[in-house]
Amino acid sequence: MTGAPAPPLIELREVSKRFVRRLDVAAKVAQALGAQAPAQAAQAVDGVSLAIAPGEVVGLVGESGCGKSTLGRLAAGLLAPDAGRRYWRGAAVDALASAEQRRVRLAIQMIFQDSYASLNPRLRVQDIVGEAPVVHGLIEPGGQRDYVARTLERVGLDPSLMRRFPHQFSGGQRARIGIARALAVRPEFLVCDEAVAALDVSIQAQVLNLFIRLRAELGLTYLFISHDLGVVQHLSDRVLIMYLGRIVEAAPTAALYASPNHPYTQGLLAEVPRLEIRRTHFAAIRGELPSPFAPPPGCHFHPRCPHAMPRCEIERPLLREIAPGRFSACHLNDPPPDATPAARPGAGLA
Amino acid sequence: MTQPTLKVEHLRTHFFARQGVVKAVDGVSFEVRSGQTLGIVGESGAGKSITGFSIMGLVDPPGRIIDGRILLHGRDLRTRSPAEWQAIRGNRIAMIFQDPMMTLNPVLRIDTQMIEAVRAHDRVSVRSARDRARAALARVGLPSPDERLRAYPHQFSGGMRQRVAIAIALLHQPDLIIADEPTTALDVTIQGQILAEMQQLCRESGTALIWITHDLAVIAGLANEVCVMYAGRIVERGTVDQVFDAPLHPYTRGLLDSVPSRNQRGAPLRQIPGMAPSIARLPVGCAFRERCARATETCFTEPPLYELEGRHVRCFHPIHAEDEAAAAT
Repeated sequence: MTGAPAPPLIELREVSKRFVRRLDVAAKVAQALGAQAPAQAAQAVDGVSLAIAPGEVVGLVGESGCGKSTLGRLAAGLLAPDAGRRYWRGAAVDALASAEQRRVRLAIQMIFQDSYASLNPRLRVQDIVGEAPVVHGLIEPGGQRDYVARTLERVGLDPSLMRRFPHQFSGGQRARIGIARALAVRPEFLVCDEAVAALDVSIQAQVLNLFIRLRAELGLTYLFISHDLGVVQHLSDRVLIMYLGRIVEAAPTAALYASPNHPYTQGLLAEVPRLEIRRTHFAAIRGELPSPFAPPPGCHFHPRCPHAMPRCEIERPLLREIAPGRFSACHLNDPPPDATPAARPGAGLA
Repeated sequence: MTQPTLKVEHLRTHFFARQGVVKAVDGVSFEVRSGQTLGIVGESGAGKSITGFSIMGLVDPPGRIIDGRILLHGRDLRTRSPAEWQAIRGNRIAMIFQDPMMTLNPVLRIDTQMIEAVRAHDRVSVRSARDRARAALARVGLPSPDERLRAYPHQFSGGMRQRVAIAIALLHQPDLIIADEPTTALDVTIQGQILAEMQQLCRESGTALIWITHDLAVIAGLANEVCVMYAGRIVERGTVDQVFDAPLHPYTRGLLDSVPSRNQRGAPLRQIPGMAPSIARLPVGCAFRERCARATETCFTEPPLYELEGRHVRCFHPIHAEDEAAAAT
């Protein structure tokens, strides 16, 4: 998606991931007796391409169930795609030698939302942060204490607390431990999956500031996954909007927030409550995210879209460049057959 | 002036734990009128939810309301017997929780639960109770309510469950609804739908609404007045325009400044240093003192809540407009 001469740091080409719901015993019996009950499959990620340049911060936004966490795990290599390939600095990761693959795995780290679930409750912070660098030979075992102390200081934690267990920390401090654990193996690329979602406003601001500082200090690249459009706007250079397994819009942050192109993006931005807007009449996008087990045909958004046309129910709109650096997947962007100027999807909403 | 629907005076709810007394709510006063919306904002542990539970009479031991008055149409709920309180709860005052499964019983069908809720307060036939349940579901925008009535809670999505919980709260056309973070767990589009419906329902029926949340932007769009809570106390109370446009209390100011959209993109956010103190071990004097840039020796004594510029603030060193101008230059 980028035309930059240097290869992107990480690239996904046409990756897809399906999750199959296994049949339970009753369904298996029914099937053996001749009932029509095929296993259900959810297309969590459906042919998504994405490229992130070194040092770039890309925000990934969508509602729960849209596949954004799955896409993050595919980018981090925690899940293997069913189709499509992953490239690291221009080289296909699955074709690399195993030692090289291990190096790539270390260079990509993930930060999770739930710091309770992602930190081992029985390990001391010293071991949570210090274990991986020792195992991978980044530091000598004797140097673990010093190394952990320096890493904790970097994320704004008191090194004297390294003998404590995760439950002895507050939510904001545990978020910092999760970041320290990721930084300990000296990564280049961080996938942050709702990393600040569970935090109070004032603590969220502190952790966001930490992300901004670490990017400047260590030259990190982020894929920042969030449902919070305000957080993503603040942090990202570029934003991707995802809906039911597909990316529907991708654009530089300022352009996307100033003039969203896709009707879903427009609706999403209109929904966000803002401090400046008082006693507004809330008006909503109709309906809910459809089940990924039975997505609507054509454009996934058409049942909720105010501009849906007959074509949208049949034909999947492709992600196409609508302006330099801006991509959108919507039939409204196509010039109509009679070659009159296209009705801009934003025009009707103003 | 008409009588407020609810008036809370000096409410104090404490928890008598083995480790000591936890002053979860410590001298909270506010009022809300028919058709108006009061927002209560604060971070985790500020005492917002316990305030709501106290009004509902849902505080369990070791917690106890030790002082204050809760006046519904001028009559103090605290002087009522448990049976009288029971008759008011769910009837004149209803509560909506963050997790709709606090309201819903997972093993009963929706119709069973809603008919029971109707007949708990009104002596009507099952048939007419069912009709009211169906009408309530239709009112919150649930498609095909007849079908939904026969379903179990697990067959609904999170947003639909919250709608059912709201429908149950609306069954008796209460005078007051207390909504405790009802949209926090929902996606932004579903949150928009629920906010739109609540707003319309309260406007039509004249129900007073207390909306408890940590999300300042939701309050900005929904409420007339706002209380900012910190460590069990109200630190600032006024209209949304007053409090959000020109906060007097340094904590309110810090909260507003922490919101990403208020900051220049990519620049560090203006943050409040430190974290909220444990409510069991509050500092002497002003609870916000240790995180406050304006704190002085005076702040070692406890500031009172007093009236200033048409609203209420609990601070010895409120932020005045002149200070703002000086800081900007």
